[in-house]
Amino acid sequence: MNNRAVLFLLPVIVIMSLSAFIPLITVVNYSLHYIFSGSMPQYVGLANYVEVLRDPEFHDALTRQLVFSTMVLAVEIPLGIMIALALPRKGIWASISLVLLGIPLLIPYNVVGIVWRLFTQSDIGVIPKVLGFFGYAYNVALDPIDAPLTIFILDVWHWTPLVVLLCYAGLQSIPDAYYQAAQIDGASTWKTFRYVTLPKLRSVLILGVLLRFMDSFKIYSEPLLLTGGGPGSSTTFFSLFVSRKAESYELGYAGSVSMIYLFIVIVFSFVFFQIMTNIGKGGQTK
Amino acid sequence: MASIELRNLSHSYDVIMGKGEKASFSINNLNVRWEDGKAVALLGPSGCGKTTLLNAISGLLKPKAGQVMFNDRDVTMLSTKQRHIAQVFQFPVVYDSMDVFGNLAFPLLNDGFKKNDIRGRVEEVAEILELQDLLKVSAGRLTPADKQKVSLGRGIIRPDTAAVLLDEPLTVIDPKLQWTLRRKLKQVQRRFRITMVYVTHDQHEALTFADVVTVMSKDGKIAQTGTPEELHENPDTPFVGYFIGSPGMNILDCSLTAEGLDFDGFVIPVSDELRSRVSGPGDGLQLGIRPEFICSRLEPENGAVPFTALIIEDTGAYRVLTLTMHDIRIKTRISQAEQVSENDTVWVSFPERHVKIFRDGSRIY
Repeated sequence: MNNRAVLFLLPVIVIMSLSAFIPLITVVNYSLHYIFSGSMPQYVGLANYVEVLRDPEFHDALTRQLVFSTMVLAVEIPLGIMIALALPRKGIWASISLVLLGIPLLIPYNVVGIVWRLFTQSDIGVIPKVLGFFGYAYNVALDPIDAPLTIFILDVWHWTPLVVLLCYAGLQSIPDAYYQAAQIDGASTWKTFRYVTLPKLRSVLILGVLLRFMDSFKIYSEPLLLTGGGPGSSTTFFSLFVSRKAESYELGYAGSVSMIYLFIVIVFSFVFFQIMTNIGKGGQTK
Repeated sequence: MASIELRNLSHSYDVIMGKGEKASFSINNLNVRWEDGKAVALLGPSGCGKTTLLNAISGLLKPKAGQVMFNDRDVTMLSTKQRHIAQVFQFPVVYDSMDVFGNLAFPLLNDGFKKNDIRGRVEEVAEILELQDLLKVSAGRLTPADKQKVSLGRGIIRPDTAAVLLDEPLTVIDPKLQWTLRRKLKQVQRRFRITMVYVTHDQHEALTFADVVTVMSKDGKIAQTGTPEELHENPDTPFVGYFIGSPGMNILDCSLTAEGLDFDGFVIPVSDELRSRVSGPGDGLQLGIRPEFICSRLEPENGAVPFTALIIEDTGAYRVLTLTMHDIRIKTRISQAEQVSENDTVWVSFPERHVKIFRDGSRIY
């Protein structure tokens, strides 16, 4: 065996250890202990996991999170494709549209949260004013439907452009010959979309779905700044739930929730990836 | 199946190549008629407008002027779909998400054929193209050659296809399969008597495939239409002479004087017949002669002109000699048996029956 090979792997091993492996092991360790501030941690095996899985608050947070992420994917992906299809292909307007679309992506999460907080604040916000004008009594701080819906719309506003940009790049890379062939074969607009555009966008859509799923599953700053997880627990999404637990010094409990969280994200991402790479199998080559 | 005729067809457009560079493509006032059921090759250098012309025929592009006629019917204003045309592109285009069967059936489905008719037709075409074992395979997984076959299959599957247009279809196929596929194409063409227009910049491809070859020149004009033999024997323009043949025809500037053809360095005598056919002023002429028709010897001979051997290229079967005298360069073919080395003197003569004379770009003798 060539021992020098180990030297080349060393930087990756060190960086990966520091950034991922060691913190992960620490959390695994926490999750197996009962930790209370001031006293020695006590090994409790899987007791924390059992407690988490039986906790109705955990069930609520998970359900809420799944509904939210499903809605995000169901709206942002089709909307992103539609906007990308509607964008001009070349010329000055193409550049202008891309810049405008890129702006939301450049704004940091916490700024987005604060901006939307100002938008929606019941005394000075523009959204309650406008909706009030149409006779809808909007209140993000008190209404358990308005609050999650607002966060959902915020997410659509913030992240649909990412899907648009991915799809736009994907569309640009489809050679004209495919569309010409479809035209020659007498395909309708819908069939052209179904059999040319969509299959050719597959790899960018896989990326889009995975990114949007994982990101929406991790949504944190926006509900924290906008609603603080309320009213009630209507916007306590999963990350917020985990951090609440950690803040209340239930470190063992928070550790096991984190592990379950990680597990769910990995499982879902894997499932999505498998499904999407197997639709219309074998379309990898050009 | 249909005959195709172009009348005064013109089109031009610019393509931005990035960094502010523009490339212009144009076709100028094209007139040509290709009979029904012929294998036609459209031959020309890269960028001469072959693809533009093809797109005008298929209706992917509306020409700025002129008419496209199928069977003497004006189709210029019809959409691609209404023209019942098939086109095979340079890069194989298949629908990745369907299997081969789905691909072949696609045009028929779009035309509203019945399920049973489709199955029969797809199986028939698959058999001709030797795709019958691949019908269930996803089209995305095929080799480029098989993809191109599927692409051709979609073209010929419609019973009412007017013509199949092929735009350099073998470019991405590896050389060994190119030969097989070209034969297959020819076979399909013969069997169905399909009008096929095959675009290429490769004269070998064009000459082996086609009954009729149309040569386009760099400026987007048709230089000549004829059988491969006609193009080789009697090129209408110096361009066709030079473009067809390997190496191309030697084209030399000359003028007709009392002594014969004067090349500004040497003079060759001419017959009275040639002299009588070359009417008008004696200057501004060009002589064309194919390298294989030039007589070259290593010993002096009466009437032969001494040239110096500049470059010797060995092709295996024969050698190509580049000869020079003053500023004049000619190419000639000699057999492997002849002993010649660079800087040797080679005696050259031009047999008159193989000589072509051009004036202002057109052949006059």
